[in-house]
Amino acid sequence: MFLALRELQFARGRFTLMGIVIALISVLVVLLSGLSSGLVNHGVSGLMAMPVTNFAFDGGTIKDNAFSRSVVEEDQLAVWQDAEGITDAEPMGVNIVNGVADDGTQIDLTLFGIEPSGFLAPTVSSGEPLGPLDGIVVSEPLRDKGIEVGTVVTLDRLDLELTVVGFTEGQATFGHVDVAYLPLDTWRLMAAGLAEPGAPTQAQVDGMDFPYSSVIALLADDGADVDLAAIDADAGTMTMSLSESFNSSPGYEAETLTLSMIQIFLYAICALVIGAFFTVWTIQRTHDIAVLRAMGASSGYLLRDSLTQAILLLFGFSALGLAVGVGMGVAMPDAMPFDLEPVPIAVSTALTIGLGLVGAAVAVLRITRVDPLRALGGQR
Amino acid sequence: MNQQDVYALDIDSAVLELGDGESKVRALDEVSMAVPSGEFVAVVGPSGSGKSSLLAIAGALTRPDSGTVRVHGTDLATLSRRDTTAFRLRNIGFVFQSGNLIPALTAADQLRLAAKLAGNGHVDPGPLLESVGMAHRAKHRPGELSGGERQRIGIARALVNNPSLLLVDEPTAALDRRRSHEVVQLLADRAHSENVAVVMVTHDRDVLEHCDRILEMVDGRLGEPALVH
Repeated sequence: MFLALRELQFARGRFTLMGIVIALISVLVVLLSGLSSGLVNHGVSGLMAMPVTNFAFDGGTIKDNAFSRSVVEEDQLAVWQDAEGITDAEPMGVNIVNGVADDGTQIDLTLFGIEPSGFLAPTVSSGEPLGPLDGIVVSEPLRDKGIEVGTVVTLDRLDLELTVVGFTEGQATFGHVDVAYLPLDTWRLMAAGLAEPGAPTQAQVDGMDFPYSSVIALLADDGADVDLAAIDADAGTMTMSLSESFNSSPGYEAETLTLSMIQIFLYAICALVIGAFFTVWTIQRTHDIAVLRAMGASSGYLLRDSLTQAILLLFGFSALGLAVGVGMGVAMPDAMPFDLEPVPIAVSTALTIGLGLVGAAVAVLRITRVDPLRALGGQR
Repeated sequence: MNQQDVYALDIDSAVLELGDGESKVRALDEVSMAVPSGEFVAVVGPSGSGKSSLLAIAGALTRPDSGTVRVHGTDLATLSRRDTTAFRLRNIGFVFQSGNLIPALTAADQLRLAAKLAGNGHVDPGPLLESVGMAHRAKHRPGELSGGERQRIGIARALVNNPSLLLVDEPTAALDRRRSHEVVQLLADRAHSENVAVVMVTHDRDVLEHCDRILEMVDGRLGEPALVH
């Protein structure tokens, strides 16, 4: 550390330039992490909030957009409801609609049709729980668009009128669209093409014969080893875990893969840039290293010293970049899907530092190959 | 006491070949020399005569292809690589051309670093810098020092761990005549006052008057004392 600190001070111009590059990479890492978390939350927070372990889709449904493609029947549901190790199995309807609030505000909604008294019923942060046929519980952030309890939303083309009765706890979105929970019977009226202009009525429901839903939401017994494949074969369904089902949300897989690829490239760039800097730095110091080795400095001492420089540089400027990135994140407009979450940011920053250190370590290994004989004979 | 222990440096029939194939040259050809503690020996010779190779094997920077090198009785060939580094740190001091100081360190820190490497982290560099007339430049970096000042600090750095053998590589290469004499006189003083064996290789025949013994190297062979002046 003795030499490391003095070299950092002596060559502060070079180290500061390198540090700024590290800080900028760190800022990008924080922003990408926030964007990644934001996109995940905007994409599937409605699913993440559900007390579900698995979803069963109709057998043969392709995984892309499977929630809107899948159609399951009552007998498939019955198989799951009777299956061993399954605590709850309920039908759920999913589709995305456009609507207009009574003040003229245009909104998009992902409709989650569920049994109002079932295990999927959302906890409300304000208003009333789900119940009446025309009642909907909507995602909390819709308040920012002027939606409030009592607002009537009229769905495009159908002119079906639904009234906001409550708000979910926190954000609930699916495919970047705010979720509106509504009774499964109302959803089925729409799906069957039987919905009529105005509020849905019990008479319409009673006259409907439409025993279908999009998927079956499952809650397995805690710790139970359920043979999902066997039940799938029996029910003619295809089951995914909750996290697997995220990839069936519109655009989710493409977005997360794209961001992951950018992040991986950023980590690689960080390691390469740091490695390149310390390679050049080590080459510039070759004569000094030869002198130190001739004086009796061990390879271990010189390696520790150089790695200390890398550690100080990476930690110092990564912290600076982290602070700047968080500051920029706080200032992001609400329209951006950006969420500052401590764990992903900490993991991303740790990876940046770790891979930067790997790059530095590979570069400074060159020290061990410097021949002390170079200290003799030549001029500096 | 073994007869070999009498000498701070004892080289016997050392041969060192450099390069491969047709480009192979014999840098040291059956070289033998013995230097007792307190003696200041100069090795003169033209470029490429093998002077630096002699310093390299004497300082355990490389091993001869044949022959033996003993420092205070320790055969350097018997030491592992790690032990060789540690042995060099404790017993051998190097003075390089132009001082070869570390650019980032002040004069005082040059000495502190050398001491730290040997595990003497709390050495006060002041007295040693004072003894080479450099106390007033303790806080200056090499870029702020003249060639003579750098060389004096290089000498102080080489002495900070109290080596028994000091190997000096062309110490006057970048100095004017007056400073050359000052530096070599300083080396001679230290050799005699501290009982340190000093081997200096040089082109500079003007400074040989300060040396106790002069050897001449030609084509890798170390000859009898050369005609000086």
